[in-house]
Amino acid sequence: MDTNQRIKDKVEANRVMLFMKGNRDFPQCGFSGRAIQILQALGTEFETADVLTDDEIRQGVKDYSNWPTVPQLYIDGEFVGGSDIMMEMYQNGELKTKLDTKTGS
Amino acid sequence: MVTPEDIKGWIEENLEGSRVEITGDGHHFEAEIICDGFEGKNRIQQHQMVYGALGDRMKAQIHALSMRTLTSKEKNAQ
Repeated sequence: MDTNQRIKDKVEANRVMLFMKGNRDFPQCGFSGRAIQILQALGTEFETADVLTDDEIRQGVKDYSNWPTVPQLYIDGEFVGGSDIMMEMYQNGELKTKLDTKTGS
Repeated sequence: MVTPEDIKGWIEENLEGSRVEITGDGHHFEAEIICDGFEGKNRIQQHQMVYGALGDRMKAQIHALSMRTLTSKEKNAQ
């Protein structure tokens, strides 16, 4: 399966999907750690993929959304942003609103 | 080592009409980018414009750049 399809499958299978360095217990970079903290503060369920253990995904996810950095957050299959945008949207309430709407959950 | 002035220069040179305030230690940088070209663009697109201005430097030379994007109107409203 090609990398693009693998990424597409992940973002479609998981409503809240975070591509990051490391995992939720051991983030391997400050920005990924901040992304995890935000998601945990919002109390949402989410899935993560560690780009450090998968070179294809590491490169592929940058091409997928034309975004050169990790972490990357996807909600409902849509690219939301990196950690700066996540922080802004967390602080102004947009992220919570986004998580609370759609799919009726 | 990359300096904050390097990054400021690269962005201002390649993103027309932009003004950059930046701090950093060679590894981590925090930038505020003011540009009227951001008008009407969403945040993802605004950040992509800055990444575009930095091009391949984002892959090789710059490891950790935190950014905030604003139009001059938004900056003045602060």
